[in-house]
Amino acid sequence: MIESQSVSFQYPGDKTIAFQDFSIKKGEHTLLLGESGSGKTTLLHLISGLLRGYKGSIHFLQKELNTLSESQLDQFRAQHIGFIFQKNHLISALTTEQNLLLSPYLAAKKSDKERIHYLLNRLGLEKKRKANVKTLSQGQAQRVAIARALVNQPAVLFADEPTSALDDKNCDVVIDLLLEMANESQATLIMATHDQRVKNKISKQIILNS
Amino acid sequence: MNLFVLVWNYLKAKPLNTVLNLILLALGIAVITLLLVFNNQLQSNITKNGRGIDLVVGAKGSPMQLILCNIFHVDFPTGNIKLNEAEKIAKNRLVNQAIPLALGDSYAGYRIIGTNKDYVQLYDLKINAGKFWSKPLEVTIGSYVAQTAGLKLGDTFASSHGMTEGGHSHDEHLFTVVGILEPSASVTDNLIFTSIESVWIMHEEHEEGEEEEHHHHHDTASIVNPSKLVSSVSANDSTHEVTSLLIEYRSPMGAVQMPRFVNAQSTLQAASPAFETARLFSILGVGVDVLMGFAYLLIFISSLSIFIALYNSLKERRYDLAIMRSMGASRLKILVTVFTESIWLTLAGSILGIVVGHAVIYALIAFLPELQKTGFSAFIIYQEEWILLAGSLLLGCVCAILPAWQAYKTNISEVLAKN
Repeated sequence: MIESQSVSFQYPGDKTIAFQDFSIKKGEHTLLLGESGSGKTTLLHLISGLLRGYKGSIHFLQKELNTLSESQLDQFRAQHIGFIFQKNHLISALTTEQNLLLSPYLAAKKSDKERIHYLLNRLGLEKKRKANVKTLSQGQAQRVAIARALVNQPAVLFADEPTSALDDKNCDVVIDLLLEMANESQATLIMATHDQRVKNKISKQIILNS
Repeated sequence: MNLFVLVWNYLKAKPLNTVLNLILLALGIAVITLLLVFNNQLQSNITKNGRGIDLVVGAKGSPMQLILCNIFHVDFPTGNIKLNEAEKIAKNRLVNQAIPLALGDSYAGYRIIGTNKDYVQLYDLKINAGKFWSKPLEVTIGSYVAQTAGLKLGDTFASSHGMTEGGHSHDEHLFTVVGILEPSASVTDNLIFTSIESVWIMHEEHEEGEEEEHHHHHDTASIVNPSKLVSSVSANDSTHEVTSLLIEYRSPMGAVQMPRFVNAQSTLQAASPAFETARLFSILGVGVDVLMGFAYLLIFISSLSIFIALYNSLKERRYDLAIMRSMGASRLKILVTVFTESIWLTLAGSILGIVVGHAVIYALIAFLPELQKTGFSAFIIYQEEWILLAGSLLLGCVCAILPAWQAYKTNISEVLAKN
């Protein structure tokens, strides 16, 4: 599904970073492991089409990302990709349900109320449907972020350091939930992390050295 | 979820900012609307009241006063002129029509106008109930007078001397209401019409005893050569007086020669309604300009405030925008969102302002009887108000340009990586 060959990226006016070749098959959950500064966020942004201008080749679902324009990349992300970020970052002006409704709206897709209803139920957020996201606990917010990433049924679910702020117990819960939900939605989970606690959970690992 | 829900929620998330911006803009627009409506209605009122009158001839004094008194019926008369002198003007070959007015009395603050049937034609007055005045001491009243003074057909009243309430009252003779006019939304709604003779009768009491024989004008049969202006007295009568003549020229030549001709007479002066109202507007114009300037200042401040609010909130929202982009939102969609937010504010502000402006006029009309008399209305929407709305749309766009451009240029990866 994703093949990367001799990819390197030069930070504007700064050093160039080269990445090892790898390929990820459909359904093959993968960890991008590395210390901070090792470039794992950069790699994640490159293969998810958030960052352009790399050398080499990244094929994603048979498409060379470098050949896509900015707006084609937007569409590509809308079609195939869901994101979970470290701080969840929900849109604080909206309610839980509106945050989920935002996904299809921004991706220019029809909103599937049933899917949203299902996800809210599945993640135990039904009671918080109309709540402003500012009132949610951290755990609830993280579940909303997971639901938001999965609303559009993406082929790939990217997660950037989803566990770094969590204690051991919650770390376990979140990783399990992520894997469970990814499997359920038939999405391939690709997670960038420096968190050693998740090593045992996902066997396929791409290790970046700084 | 759609564009408007998203924008609305963003605005709702900062209620104080949103309300402040709305109020600032609405205030500016309300002042402009207020001036607009007043100016327009004043102008149309003035044109309506002054139509068909090329020149007003009266006693020497202020020409502005002559116009205000005899056309708009707001100021006091400059004095009276002798009937025979008025006739001389009326007989001039450049004059098509000369309508005499005799003022001096009022009832409950409404002026009593002594005139003839030409006035009815000039203002196209229509009877709603009863008939037009014909015999002395019969009056036909304007619709607003009937409504507020509570006069009905057949009612009688004593007029009081002067143009305001509480003057010396002429109890010896009573007027009888014989007709009520249809509303015309002009000054005639607030007037009481009678014949010139009635006004004379009212005022003769002062001279009674000195010149008892003056009553001869009641005796129409004895008149051989009736006056052109008042048919019940003979021509060249120097004992009776009128307040003014409303003159319509026979040809444009009148405008050149008549004022000079009239002003050459030692006791008379001529005033042109067009010229005097233009002068009045240029005097009022200064005040209007100052207020307008103030309103534009308010609008400028509010647009600055909207710009700053947008700019700041977008700085806070950089991460929001990057997240939205990561979810597949195109740059165009982000751009449209920012523009919509700004335009929503300016448009809502102007609509609010226009509504407030009209509401203030409505309140002023409701509480100020003077305004009710002028026939002002709060429910007329002027073309300029649509221009205001279009302008606010443009203003919204201008305020959003820079913030929208910043949002458009946001480097998603950089913002997300910095976290």
